[in-house]
Amino acid sequence: MLKIANASAFWGDQPDAAATLMRQAPDIDYLTFDYLAEVSLSIMAIQRERDPTTGYAKDFVDVVRSLTPFWREGSRVKIVANAGGLNPRGCAEACRHVLDEAGCGHLRIGVVSGDDVLATLTNDARNAEFRNLETGESLESIASRLVTANAYMGAGCIAESLQGGADIVITGRVADPSLIVGPCMAHYKWSATDYSKIAGATIAGHLIECGTQVTGGISTDWLTIANPSAIGFPIAEVADDGSCVITKPAGSSGRVSERTVKEQLLYEIGDPARYLSPDVTVSFLAIEVKEAGNDRVSVKGAIGSTSPSTYKVSATYRNGFRADAMLALFGADVVEKARRCGQVIIERVRAAGFELERSLVECIGAGDVVPGVVTAPENLREVVLRVSVADNRREAVERFTKEIAPLVTSGAQGVTGYATGRPKVRPVFGYWPCLVKRDFVKATMEMQ
Amino acid sequence: MKRKLGEIAYARSGDKGSSANVGVLALKAEDYAFLKQHLTAERVMAFFLPLGLTKVDRYELPNLHALNFVLHDVLAGGGSRSLRTDAQGKALGQAILEMEI
Repeated sequence: MLKIANASAFWGDQPDAAATLMRQAPDIDYLTFDYLAEVSLSIMAIQRERDPTTGYAKDFVDVVRSLTPFWREGSRVKIVANAGGLNPRGCAEACRHVLDEAGCGHLRIGVVSGDDVLATLTNDARNAEFRNLETGESLESIASRLVTANAYMGAGCIAESLQGGADIVITGRVADPSLIVGPCMAHYKWSATDYSKIAGATIAGHLIECGTQVTGGISTDWLTIANPSAIGFPIAEVADDGSCVITKPAGSSGRVSERTVKEQLLYEIGDPARYLSPDVTVSFLAIEVKEAGNDRVSVKGAIGSTSPSTYKVSATYRNGFRADAMLALFGADVVEKARRCGQVIIERVRAAGFELERSLVECIGAGDVVPGVVTAPENLREVVLRVSVADNRREAVERFTKEIAPLVTSGAQGVTGYATGRPKVRPVFGYWPCLVKRDFVKATMEMQ
Repeated sequence: MKRKLGEIAYARSGDKGSSANVGVLALKAEDYAFLKQHLTAERVMAFFLPLGLTKVDRYELPNLHALNFVLHDVLAGGGSRSLRTDAQGKALGQAILEMEI
């Protein structure tokens, strides 16, 4: 039985999760970390423009440091993380430094790269394959503004690194479940065509890659979970046939039940008969989810078949600037007042000479988080006014950020909550999903 | 008799680019048939229409007593482009449970 935990669902998740897991469940074989949401790489690209040695999730280096006491005391836990972002080698060098300093110089780091296809896309923008998967638009329209383009690679290189002796595997963009499939392939020596086994491990990966979302976090019955400040991170115990038991460390709070597992099974999926990953195509339609003890749920029956002949690419491009502002309002007729204040801001920006390309006024409390879908309660006394704008002209968005505070004196009575200062102007990155032939992606691994 | 979907089901939602999915699961296995009959793609489309979605695909998962809905173009651009508070569709699961059925 291979015990694989997840200790990070995204870049910015709980920094102590890995060390806590190691204290609570020292027999874990692998810790896996996901750092890359769809536009995370564009943030790393901006960082790398300022300093070419960056471009990876620096938080991960601190996580590695937090684990050195366990390794020094003899722990054999191995790590797989896509923390490398745009610069897996740079990330590995920073980790190497920390390991050597902490007396863990014996640990070997495997670096997996080859996912970067920016040059391929930029040089061949008319290629129909690079059309936007959602809109069908040609890449030509935005090719000059591309910031990143990375293929979702599979588990193969991760498995090879581990079989080659790596204790820590650092990758760029790989499919999230592949972070879990890699260790399974290496441990059980599955071949790339053991589709149903790989499908099972992919489901295990899908279930734990979002961290505490499968152990009670965001569950519909979250309010019934005791001590939600200490929800445990998930562990998948994967068997040789690809089936698994999802659980969490003894002593952690949270809940692993048939319901929390089924909820997460449906998270961010499309057609459940064809869940696509670079390793396998999975059908969910014969999966059985059954409670198998306290905070233990068995998951089996995933059916696998060949994976697509192309890799999915997640590309990002510059798409102007935005800013978001919030103010609280209290008092009579508060919804009407809030909406009027929102219009005042937009009109003041217009008077300054900027017709904003896009703007949105929301009255949070009056149903605007899901606007028009659920009827708001009557006679509200307090709401939050949120105004968001976007424009290709940085100066237009900057002007907007200067028009919020004046409402404290010129807006409705009861405008309050202006404590955080002017909102920040942020670059917007458009998301461009497309496909690339596998031949264009040369997955490479090296050992440090 | 009409009741809120949340009395017989639970849900989870998330984003896929500018689209989102909402998984709806029967709290009791015997209510799955009712969900399958009444919680149609058309019904879900009408419920979320104010959000500007263009199409709803429904998938059945009888093994999990669940339905999965893909709500196309429901996030006004999604990701960092959408100006909405709920740019990632995190609230849609809670919203659908308010539906009268």
